[in-house]
Amino acid sequence: MNPDAQTAPAQTTYREAVRAAIREALLKDNRVFLMGEDVGRYGGCYAVSKGLLQEFGPERIRDTPLSESAFVGAGIGAAMGGMRPIVEVMTVNFSLLALDQIINNAATIRHMSGGQFGVPVVIRMATGAGRQLAAQHSHSLEGWYAHVPGLKVLAPATLEDARGMLLTALTDPDPVLIFEHVMLYNMTGELPPTAGAVPIDKAAVRRPGRDVSLITYGGSLFKTLEAATSLAREGIEAEVVDLRSLRPLDEKTILASVSRTRRAVVVDEGWRSGSLSAEVSARIMEGAFWDLDAPVGRVCSAEVPVPYPRHLEEAALPQPETIVAAAKATLGRS
Amino acid sequence: MPSLGADMEAGTLVEWLKKPGDAVSRGDIIAVVETQKGAIEIEVFENGIVGEILVQPGAKVPVGQPLAQITVAGETGKAPPPVAVAPPRPAILEGPRAPAPPVAPTAPAVTAGARRLASPAARKLAAERGIDLASLSGSGPGGAVISTDIAAVAKRPPATRKPGLDLAEMRKAIGTAMARSKREIPHYYLGTSIDLSRAMAFLERTNADRPPDRRVMIGAVLIKTVALALRRASAFNGFFRDGAFAPSKAIHVGVAIALRGGGLVAPAIHDADGLSLDDLMAATRDLVERSRAGRLRGSEMMDPTITLTSLGDRGVDSVVGVIFPPQVAIVGFGRPALRPWVAGGRVEPRQILQASLAADHRVSDGHAGALFLADIDRMLQEPDKL
Repeated sequence: MNPDAQTAPAQTTYREAVRAAIREALLKDNRVFLMGEDVGRYGGCYAVSKGLLQEFGPERIRDTPLSESAFVGAGIGAAMGGMRPIVEVMTVNFSLLALDQIINNAATIRHMSGGQFGVPVVIRMATGAGRQLAAQHSHSLEGWYAHVPGLKVLAPATLEDARGMLLTALTDPDPVLIFEHVMLYNMTGELPPTAGAVPIDKAAVRRPGRDVSLITYGGSLFKTLEAATSLAREGIEAEVVDLRSLRPLDEKTILASVSRTRRAVVVDEGWRSGSLSAEVSARIMEGAFWDLDAPVGRVCSAEVPVPYPRHLEEAALPQPETIVAAAKATLGRS
Repeated sequence: MPSLGADMEAGTLVEWLKKPGDAVSRGDIIAVVETQKGAIEIEVFENGIVGEILVQPGAKVPVGQPLAQITVAGETGKAPPPVAVAPPRPAILEGPRAPAPPVAPTAPAVTAGARRLASPAARKLAAERGIDLASLSGSGPGGAVISTDIAAVAKRPPATRKPGLDLAEMRKAIGTAMARSKREIPHYYLGTSIDLSRAMAFLERTNADRPPDRRVMIGAVLIKTVALALRRASAFNGFFRDGAFAPSKAIHVGVAIALRGGGLVAPAIHDADGLSLDDLMAATRDLVERSRAGRLRGSEMMDPTITLTSLGDRGVDSVVGVIFPPQVAIVGFGRPALRPWVAGGRVEPRQILQASLAADHRVSDGHAGALFLADIDRMLQEPDKL
C-alpha cells in the first residue's frame, strides 16, 4: 500500500484519478514513462499530466513532436524493448495518424513473431464530444479499435476505473488502448486513497433493474444513469450495464442482464452504422435471442460529423431523453 | 366461437378434442365450450385438417372470434383460409336486434396470413408450456405477446374441466332470452284439445312385445307429429332476424328439457321429420342424458327451428310457451288425461291432450296457427302413418 495513503476517501476528479494512476505507476516501476504531445511543459492538453514533469523529469515525461505515427511507433518500439510506455494521444481523431502503428504493428507483433515479442504499451487518448470542439476533435472511434484482435480497448467511466484500469493495463503483456471521454475529466467524486487496480475484462452493473438493460460505456454512462432515474419515476426499473472493456466484451455480464430483463437498449456515442452498439446488439441476438421480449434498441450519435454549434452538438449526441424514449419503446410504452 | 343461443355473447373454451394436424369431418366434435347453459360440445362444419389453434383452453372469447383454422380438404399446402370452427349460420346467429357481438377488446384481429407478433421469449415460454400464442393479447411493443403475457396465462387457474351446470348463470340466460322474447315478439296464443286415444292405442300395440327400454313413448309421437306438420306450415319453422323471417327448410325440433335442480335447455333433434319413432326415442333419451350431464353440442344449441315444450309428466293440463328467439313458434303439450269426450253424439272417456301454439305475429296470424294445430290433431288421429 502507498505509505502516503490516508484512510478517508478524498474528493477528487477523473483527471486527478488518471494522474494519480500514472504517478503511482511511475513510482512503482521505473520502466514506465509517459510521452505525447504537450504532456510535459503544458501538462497535457486536458491537464492530466500537470506537475508530473516537475516530479519525474523529462526522461520520464516526454514531450513529442506533432507526429502521432512517430511517437506511437516509438512507444511500440520501447515496449518491445522492455519498457512500459504510456503514450498519450490528444484525441481519437488524431490517433488515425497512428493507425498503421497501432493496427499493423502493436496488434500483430506477438502473432507475427510467433510469440517472441510482445508490445506491452498503454495508449491513452481522449474521445467523444460535448465541448464544442467540432468534427475533428469530437468523434468516438473507439469502436473501430474494438474491431481489432490483438488489442484491448478500455473505456473507464468512473473515478475508480480511471485510476484502476490504467494500473492493470500496465501489467498486461499486450497493447491496451484507454479511451477517456472528454466530458469526464472534470467529474468530481470521492475516491478512497486505497483505490487500486481493477479488472479490465469485466463489465459492471452500475444500477440494478428488472425491466430493461441499458448497456453503455464511457461518457454515455452518466446520461444513461440519469435516464434510468427518470425511468424509475415512471415505474420502469432500468438496469445500467457499464461495458468498461470494449474488447474483450464481457458477454457474460451483458447476456446475464438481458436474459433477466428481456430487453436491451445499447447507448453508444459512436455512429450507429457498423458500430460497437451493432456488435453488442448482435451478441445479444446470438446469446439471448430466446430471452428477448423486444427488439434490441440503440441510441447512437446522429450520422453526421459532430457539429460545432452547441444546440446541434447536443442534438447529435445521445441524451437522457432519447435514452428514456428508447427504453420505453422496448416496453411498448411511449 | 359459435353462438349457442341468441343471448350468448361470449364463451369460454374448455377443452380441445382435436389437435393441429388432425383430420376432421363435418359433424365431428372438436372442442368443448362453457356457456351459461353449461358445457357445450362444438362440432366442425368443414372437412379438413385442423391447422393453428387460435384460442387456448381457459380463454373467454366473444361470439364470432375464430377458434382455430381448418385447412379445407383439397387446399392442403395452400394458405388456409380463416375458417371458424363452427361458422355461425347466419340465419341463427343472432335474433332480432341482438347486440352485435363485441369485438375482442385488445387483441388485434388474428387472421390467417397475419403473423401473431410474439417475442422470442414469449415463443419459447409458450412452447414449453404448450400455450398457443394466438389466443393471447400482447402487451409488448406493437401489441406483441411477451413473456409476462405467457406468465399471466400460466398463472390463471385451468379451466374447470367439468364445469357442471351453473344454475344461477343459466337462470340469468333464460331470463335474458325470455325477457327479450316478451319484449320483442308479439305473441299470439292458440289452444286446442286433441283426442289422443288412437295414438295411445297405437303405442300400446307397438310396445306390446317390446322390452321396457325399447318402448316408444308418446313424446316421440308428438315430436314426429309436430315435425311432419311443419312441412306444410313453414311460417312456424325458422328464424326472425334483422326484421325479416327466414323460414328453414330443415326441421330441427328443439325439445325443452328440464334439468334437475332447475334450469332448462331446448336442444335440437335434427331433421326430426325424417326420423323414425325409434330414432326419435333414442335421440330424445340421448339429449336428456347429455343435457343433464352438461354435454350438449353446439349445433344442438344453435339449430332448433321451433321449440316443443311438454310438461305432461308434471301433471298440468296445458302449457302456453314463450317463444325462444329468434325462433317464431313454440308448441306446448299438457298431460294426456282421461276426460269426458263427445264422439258420435255420445260422451266417452278419452285420452285428451291440450295442445297450444304460441307464435310470432310478425310472421303469421292465428288462422295459419289454427291450421297448423288442426293438422297436428289430424295426424295424431292416424298414428300408423307417422
